[in-house]
Amino acid sequence: MDQTNPQTYIIDNADDQTFKLNRSALVEPAVFELEQRRIFDVCWIYLGHESEITEPGDFKTRNVCGRPVIFARDSAGELRAFLNSCRHRGAAVCRLTEGNADNYSCFYHGWIYDRDGNLKTVPGAESYGPAFDKADFALGEVPKFDSYRGFCFVNFNADAEPLEDYLAGATEYIDLVVDQSPSGKMQVIEGTQEYDIAANWKLLVENSFDDYHLLSTHSTWLGYLKDAGVEMKPPEKGHLLPSHGICRNLGNGHATTDNVNFRGRPVARWIPIYGEDAKEEIDEIRAELVTRMGEKRATRIADTNRNLVVFPNLVLNDGSSITIRTFHPISASRMRVTAWALGPAEESKSALARRLDSFLTFYGPGGFATPDDVEALEMVQAGLQSWREVTWSDISRGMNKDGEQLNTDELHLRTFWRRWSQYMEGAIS
Amino acid sequence: MSGGSAEVTRAQVEDFLYLEAALLDEWRMDEWLQLLTEDARYEVPPNDVPGGSASDTLFTIADDISRIRARVKRLYNDRAHAEYPHSRTRRMISNVRITGRDGDTLSVSANFICHRFRRNERIRQYVGATNYTLVVGDSGIKIARRVVVIDAHELGSLGSVSFIL
Repeated sequence: MDQTNPQTYIIDNADDQTFKLNRSALVEPAVFELEQRRIFDVCWIYLGHESEITEPGDFKTRNVCGRPVIFARDSAGELRAFLNSCRHRGAAVCRLTEGNADNYSCFYHGWIYDRDGNLKTVPGAESYGPAFDKADFALGEVPKFDSYRGFCFVNFNADAEPLEDYLAGATEYIDLVVDQSPSGKMQVIEGTQEYDIAANWKLLVENSFDDYHLLSTHSTWLGYLKDAGVEMKPPEKGHLLPSHGICRNLGNGHATTDNVNFRGRPVARWIPIYGEDAKEEIDEIRAELVTRMGEKRATRIADTNRNLVVFPNLVLNDGSSITIRTFHPISASRMRVTAWALGPAEESKSALARRLDSFLTFYGPGGFATPDDVEALEMVQAGLQSWREVTWSDISRGMNKDGEQLNTDELHLRTFWRRWSQYMEGAIS
Repeated sequence: MSGGSAEVTRAQVEDFLYLEAALLDEWRMDEWLQLLTEDARYEVPPNDVPGGSASDTLFTIADDISRIRARVKRLYNDRAHAEYPHSRTRRMISNVRITGRDGDTLSVSANFICHRFRRNERIRQYVGATNYTLVVGDSGIKIARRVVVIDAHELGSLGSVSFIL
């Protein structure tokens, strides 16, 4: 095989237990172009959370898969995904990032649409012929829109399978997040973290649930926890980390880690960083969870942390806090990351403050860990410039074992790459 | 300066802020910590909610004094990879205004441009205003609170705020 023009991007060899990725997949502009059509135009892509817009007319404008999208509540309060482009010449009809719209109006020539996307006003309408009908000029919409337990997705393929089928086993892990709310309602907290990483977007997929890097990349964060009195046991035999953790293939390219928690959780496991004052409330949150869900389910929710990747570009980190993180490629070597914090809608003021504080110890562009992840990914991308000479990356960890795959193995990364490769090679579409 | 905030001049405040900028630019963060009160806070609000409160809004940075100290400790560690090798920074402080005086407390606002240089990376320019709460005591001026508001609509190409801004 010509290594610089691969027919396939991965070598997946069960016989000698190796998995190799052709680095051109992370570098070449042609791959980036092809991904737009073969991945982002056919997969379910995260748009936003229902809690972000609550009243008729509420909207957020987002860029999704390169398209300008208005995530909106229409006049009946239904969730919609309009394409933010006037049907006349194309200019944006909504120029704010968020707000409540009486209507959507294009300032260029003055066409005005109502909250439901219907074209209502065309200045000088008498200059159009009889074939011109405003009913033919409603705002475009993303072909498919659906939500699962508050998480809203779009699909640019009108023939896409239903969202819930697509999510496959990922629903179990979304449920573990949403079930933390007594009412089953989660709330995106105000404040958006939006930053670029000079790296291929797929490197952040890997990084978001790769626990192999934790010890070496995040030793200063682990040191911070230790200084704060957080108990960290020596790893079990065969493990690298202070608690038992596995990874799982959830089908359709989705995968997760699933770790016994040692780092503290707002719902509901106290660690010294939260302060003595927080103990009582965390006990109460725990008790509510046990009453509502039973001991077994409560333990499952509160005593594990999980990093879930919903193929291709949604990450739910349910660890020190809950992060919704999505990212879109800008080019083969650059991405835009958007991240939010999520918590139970009815969380008390003190619990919310604790959740946000806990979030910032690890996550985000000013956290004690994420900046080092960003640095790692940018170092990788710089190194990949030698891909013509050093062509293959290795993603084989754990292939030598039957049964349980650890969080520091790489089954979850292979799960993503196998699915990605199938889409890119046209095996699925 | 035992007479409280009433006697403090803008020039004295400027000298203090220039000293702070120099200590941070020179990575003399142990000395910078000496400028802070025992209950100091350092905050960078999210770009989309610059006037928000860290208790109900997801900030970029919201440190109490113990996390400020932990941040400094981390940054001195050569395994704080995002800042190793250390960035070179150069801060320009201007438009210094004393916006309030209350007992021994001063409210101060100052514009800043912080240029950040790393080898083989494009230059990043963090531009905004810092809102300070300064306390005037026997040992001079101390920082009780510094809220660093970045003007950019999103962090975007600024990437991380991995150093002390």
